[in-house]
Amino acid sequence: MAFEYAPAPESASIVDIRASYGLFINGEFVDSADGSPFKTVNPASEQVLAEIAEAGPTDVDRAVAAARAAYQKTWGPMPGAERAKYLYRIARIIQERSRELAVLESIDNGKPIRESRDVDLPLVAAHFFYYAGWADKLEYAGLGPQPRPLGVAAQVIPWNFPLLMLAWKIAPALACGNTVVLKPAETTPLSALAFAEICQQADLPPGVVNIVTGAGATGQALVEHQDVDKVAFTGSTDVGRAIARSVAGSRKKVTLELGGKAANVVFDDAALDQAVEGIVNGIFFNQGHVCCAGSRLLVQESGYDELLAKLKRRMSLLRVGDPLDKNTDIGAINSSAQLERIRTLSQIGESEGAARWTAPCPLPERGYWFAPTLFTGVSQAHRIAREEIFGPVLSVLTFRTPAEAVEKANNTPYGLSAGVWTEKGSRILWMADRLRAGVIWANTFNKFDPTSPFGGYKESGYGREGGRHGLEAYLA
Amino acid sequence: MPDAGGRLAVRKTYKLYVGGAFPRSESGRSYEVTDAKGRFLANAALASRKDVRDAVVAARKAFPGWAGRTAYNRGQILYRIAEMLEGRRDQFVSEISAAEGLSARKAEPYVDAAIDRWVWYAGWADKIAQVHGNANPVAGPFFNLSSPEPTGVVGIVAPQKGPLLGLVSVLAPAIVTGNTAVVLASEQHPLPAITLAEVLATSDLPGGVVNVLTGRPAETAPWLASHMDVNAIDLAGVDNPALAADLERAAAENLKRVIRPAPTPDWRADPGAGRLTAFLETKTVWHPKGA
Repeated sequence: MAFEYAPAPESASIVDIRASYGLFINGEFVDSADGSPFKTVNPASEQVLAEIAEAGPTDVDRAVAAARAAYQKTWGPMPGAERAKYLYRIARIIQERSRELAVLESIDNGKPIRESRDVDLPLVAAHFFYYAGWADKLEYAGLGPQPRPLGVAAQVIPWNFPLLMLAWKIAPALACGNTVVLKPAETTPLSALAFAEICQQADLPPGVVNIVTGAGATGQALVEHQDVDKVAFTGSTDVGRAIARSVAGSRKKVTLELGGKAANVVFDDAALDQAVEGIVNGIFFNQGHVCCAGSRLLVQESGYDELLAKLKRRMSLLRVGDPLDKNTDIGAINSSAQLERIRTLSQIGESEGAARWTAPCPLPERGYWFAPTLFTGVSQAHRIAREEIFGPVLSVLTFRTPAEAVEKANNTPYGLSAGVWTEKGSRILWMADRLRAGVIWANTFNKFDPTSPFGGYKESGYGREGGRHGLEAYLA
Repeated sequence: MPDAGGRLAVRKTYKLYVGGAFPRSESGRSYEVTDAKGRFLANAALASRKDVRDAVVAARKAFPGWAGRTAYNRGQILYRIAEMLEGRRDQFVSEISAAEGLSARKAEPYVDAAIDRWVWYAGWADKIAQVHGNANPVAGPFFNLSSPEPTGVVGIVAPQKGPLLGLVSVLAPAIVTGNTAVVLASEQHPLPAITLAEVLATSDLPGGVVNVLTGRPAETAPWLASHMDVNAIDLAGVDNPALAADLERAAAENLKRVIRPAPTPDWRADPGAGRLTAFLETKTVWHPKGA
């Protein structure tokens, strides 16, 4: 039976969104010299939230120059213990303002407040805390006797976890003594601009963190800038490829965290109720806008009927709607363009012969929404089994033996993550050895921690973020 | 030409080394290899695109078995390579003397360093996971362990200078961790690479783990760099910066891990762990804790 819920909205009054935002260069907000402003909208209401400056090549140039100067004059020479204290300050301010930032994130991104409040923001603060402590201990990291910063880091992040991806990029870069120019995604710039204010509150020296807003052209100008030493990108595999090409022959060090098509493998001896929770979390967390989402469910044939029945029942209880409502499980799709992509690929799933089932749930009239959907009868050749949909769409395939599960799970150019559900310990370890992916979640899914390295095999990119390994990306 | 004793020497035919066998180039082509003074040494196989593809197939086929060996076993086999190389020390000294125009006394330190380098990397086999892996103290009731795993099939453009020590210095770190390799040998000095292949073939190294192609890297390297079943590429031997940039661009198509050429590598220096870790992936496994 479905429970009736009274709406329990988080108040939006905690955030103060300005009508327009400039670029954050050399410690202050400045107007753009050569860009045309764009608008960021609330995907749950389609209302314009603010007008954002677009950084053109001149602006990018200014930001890189500010970062270079800060690297040479203040941040580079600063003792690690002092850098650490700035990062601890930032972590503390994030904790102090975490509710405000969570609400802001949900408004600009569309993700449920339950997730921005309970997952994104605690991880953001934890990430700064974790890397703060490394700043004066780098020679103990096992990365050589004299680790040195690289210089100026160009960082481009996606819209699915705006502030968390910022933390993953900025915290290790600064801890290692680099300065940064970061470009947030064009549909979710607000939390990065709030972070710029936090840098001001922390008295972070000017130029150490610069935020340039804009779309693909701004990102391209940034990663191709002659005076950056390091490029870090999280986003699609296609853009990652273009970046890898554009830095060819240069001195720039590159790390790429790209797409995924993770297999979530469920054996017939799995604890089914827990597995169902894990499958739902694996694909519907953050509307499925997760590069490591468990978007290919591989079910052992002998357990298929029982699992599918439980899964559909659970999916029917998911609540789609107002991101600021604390009852909401699935928020808004981040943009109309992304919604269109999800719709198109779902249509292709049907036309290629897979059977579509959509959870019966009401959707709000305005905004961008997509009900939780699963496809059965999916073959490995279907596009919905091969391409990253980046939405709340699950493809279900089956297998008989562990060897077949491994074969199917690895049959993808991606290799970011994978899941295994079984009560047999030796089988977990056997599977974990054979799955070609950077993160293996066994009897759990979509868990993240600043101490735990994250990143892909194959076309899911290279380099690791998080943990001791995450330092390597920012040290010579 | 008869030897001093009046006996006519039996010369060696230098072929490719693919999948544990020594085939000629499928193209039927060869090219003349000369010593430092321009005198004829041998005709080496001139590998083609098809040879590159065959070598990649062999390397891919060998990968699961080699990566699945215990680290101890891989270390034993690398040490065995050092033993076999030691036994052929004089042969390599004379080959390198001829190729690079060095006196035997000057060539010896390079051969010795190459032997010692196999020993050094052999010891890494069962230590890299301890040095490069990590138990992660996550903030929750989870077991969380990161371990290095081999990247897969690695393409190697071997250094043009240092036909033995340079080659060993880029090959050993790639395979000790469980990768398999397709090597494009030094164009001008390919013969020590093929003689090294004879060492590899008699060291219990499974066929296909190392595949050696001789010929012109400018012709074959683009096929290796753009091959979609190659996971990484070491451009150590690409002396032309424009070609290196082209190869890196081609490698981007499937996001290969790339080692760019260093301006003036000194293969006698302490190699460090960089070439080991460049072709490793970190896998992190999570599992809940509970009674």
